[in-house]
Amino acid sequence: MKTDIVLAGVGGQGILTIATILGAAALADNLYIKQAEVHGMSQRGGDVQSNLRIGSEPIHSDLIPLGGADLIVSLEPMEALRYLPFLSKNGWVVSSTLPFVNIDNYPEQEKLEGELLALGNVVAFDMEAAAKEVASARSSNLVLLGAASPFIDIPAEAIEKAIASVFGSKGEAIVNANIAAFRLGRTRAVEMAKI
Amino acid sequence: MKTKRLLLGDEALALGAINGGLSGAYAYPGTPSTEILEFVQKDPVSRARGLHSHWSSNEKTAMEAALGMSYCGKRAITSMKHVGLNVAADPFVNSAMTGANGGLLVISADDPSMHSSQNEQDSRFYADFAMIPLLEPCNQQEAYDMARHGFSLSERCHIPVLVRMVTRLAHSRAVVECDAAPLPENDLHYPANPRQWVLMPAVSKERNRQLIKDQEQFRKESEESPFNRYEDGPDKRLGIIASGIAYNYLQEIFGGRVPFPVLKIGQYPLPLEAMRRLYDACDAMLVLEEGQPFIEKQVRGLLYHGKEIYGKLSGHVVRDGELNPDEVAAAMSALCADAAGLKLHGKREVSELVVPRPPALCQGCGHRDVYAAMNAALEKYSDAKVFGDIGCYTLGFLKPFNAIDSCVDMGASITMAKGAADAGQFPSLAIIGDSTFTHSGMTGLLDAINEDTNMVVVISDNLTTGMTGGQDSQGTGKLEQICIGLGADPAHVRTIDSLPRNVPDITALFEEEINHKGLSVIISRRECIQTARRHASAKNKAQSPKA
Repeated sequence: MKTDIVLAGVGGQGILTIATILGAAALADNLYIKQAEVHGMSQRGGDVQSNLRIGSEPIHSDLIPLGGADLIVSLEPMEALRYLPFLSKNGWVVSSTLPFVNIDNYPEQEKLEGELLALGNVVAFDMEAAAKEVASARSSNLVLLGAASPFIDIPAEAIEKAIASVFGSKGEAIVNANIAAFRLGRTRAVEMAKI
Repeated sequence: MKTKRLLLGDEALALGAINGGLSGAYAYPGTPSTEILEFVQKDPVSRARGLHSHWSSNEKTAMEAALGMSYCGKRAITSMKHVGLNVAADPFVNSAMTGANGGLLVISADDPSMHSSQNEQDSRFYADFAMIPLLEPCNQQEAYDMARHGFSLSERCHIPVLVRMVTRLAHSRAVVECDAAPLPENDLHYPANPRQWVLMPAVSKERNRQLIKDQEQFRKESEESPFNRYEDGPDKRLGIIASGIAYNYLQEIFGGRVPFPVLKIGQYPLPLEAMRRLYDACDAMLVLEEGQPFIEKQVRGLLYHGKEIYGKLSGHVVRDGELNPDEVAAAMSALCADAAGLKLHGKREVSELVVPRPPALCQGCGHRDVYAAMNAALEKYSDAKVFGDIGCYTLGFLKPFNAIDSCVDMGASITMAKGAADAGQFPSLAIIGDSTFTHSGMTGLLDAINEDTNMVVVISDNLTTGMTGGQDSQGTGKLEQICIGLGADPAHVRTIDSLPRNVPDITALFEEEINHKGLSVIISRRECIQTARRHASAKNKAQSPKA
């Protein structure tokens, strides 16, 4: 198996936590991993992305080639669209529809959502609203991970185990809230994508 | 016994060094090298052994301390970003003259594409310039393995070894097989030839001749290095030299089955015999390397008339920015579009709705208040100039502040403001962060103090090294004492808290000190919002009872 994922968002939104969890799950599953991330100046409220590659065969490049990604996973709708050149022909986009507006010329939300939905292979909903249903807004990234999980060839139980280990030091309540957020995201995605 | 761990390239290198018998790590934070020392600070073996891992004031002090440890026979590393090696260049180049006793690795992390830097300089030129061996890992496993290999190489050849990292490897994670047990540290022992460490001309002349003689041994080490590998292929139209992570991109575009002969390079000086073998076997050569055309230049020479050499100088590979699979695929398509197994993908267009989202100072950051007040105070001058420096506050260049006129190198704010004031510029201001001030600002301030230059130095103190993620700043709690100790007039060393409610007071302070004929220092202080949050949450955690 091979899954190439572009994780996208705005600095500080927590996309690297998603990468950490998937990395831990893949390591436990004895898979190969490459995960390139962004540090330094761009983390200050700018656009950030991480290339996450998981596979059963050795992976050569830390970067995903253009047109090579199986998945774009984004916490922000405009950031999801930014990386479209990396998406493969049959790839999927999983994104929150809640905009993060910290610039003056942010595009109209309706147009953005229209363009996102027109992609066809897309799972998009307000992940923060969903997170609030079962946990708090801070678990938005776990809803996103859940929504992306049906498209990744790692069993859900293995990802849940990784969530428990990554958040273990923060106590049981936080682990449970994050697992609830993960499950909700996964259920929504399965319904929306009809898979 | 090996264990598997998921590690950043930086972390793999640090762990390799610890498991290779490290005694001390020295560094100043700088993207993309910061995580090396941070890993040494947290690692359990390092903590149990009490390895040195305190941050240094700058890269020069770090390099010199590491050299001192090597003098005493212990294994040491010093790590920095590529432009940090400029700061450490004096001890670095001279360390080739003293040689090393305990294994000494100088790690320089280059930043092609300038994700968080002001230039794309390629550290490999420094190794050539200083005439020392260089290691360039292609992946995280090699980063781990090269640390131990580098220590032995350094001790075998009695020479410091430069290790070149690049952003994509430094900040990418992969599974690394690590040794379960670390090597013991070296015992303290002195150099066999202690005379060699006193670089007076008589000694240096002798030593320089030896260093030139040693080049042959360094090259032999490269010919036999496990990190330089000749991989044969059936299609002899092209022989490819691929160094560092460029090798990965080549493998990627052919799905791991490159039809051409490939010479993978990970250790320098270049293995001449292996390169001749490739040259003789193929019709033409392609050089793939991350950074500047370092290998290509050596292969071509100035008046070269041999087989075609393709690369960055020939225009077949893009010369600026970092490489990636797509750039390598484009070069390959241009040269041998019919190469067996070349994988090309179609790509989609990016939506017109997408606009850039530049980074900005955090909400709640004290630099914001300093810039707001500075801009208000400078409104009445049409020709005020503000010389900036390296750190989060460089973002003051962007909207909404548009507040600085320069950003060149660590500490240059103060000295450039001085030169401008000397030229007749008024008002002339410098803005510098606390960590950059103790890195390279103090000496420039002394120059300005000695001449009582008519300028204002603003130290925007957030009590940390902010841009790189909040490492300890060496001047915390001492800035006023440092300025006054250097000789600044205490009446014109002014301190204020950078808070939104203080903006009118900070503005008034700026106005007063701009009008003072002579040197003024304004220290505007407020803890970085990122580290303040972290400290608050650590405090809460410590206070909450254990479940």
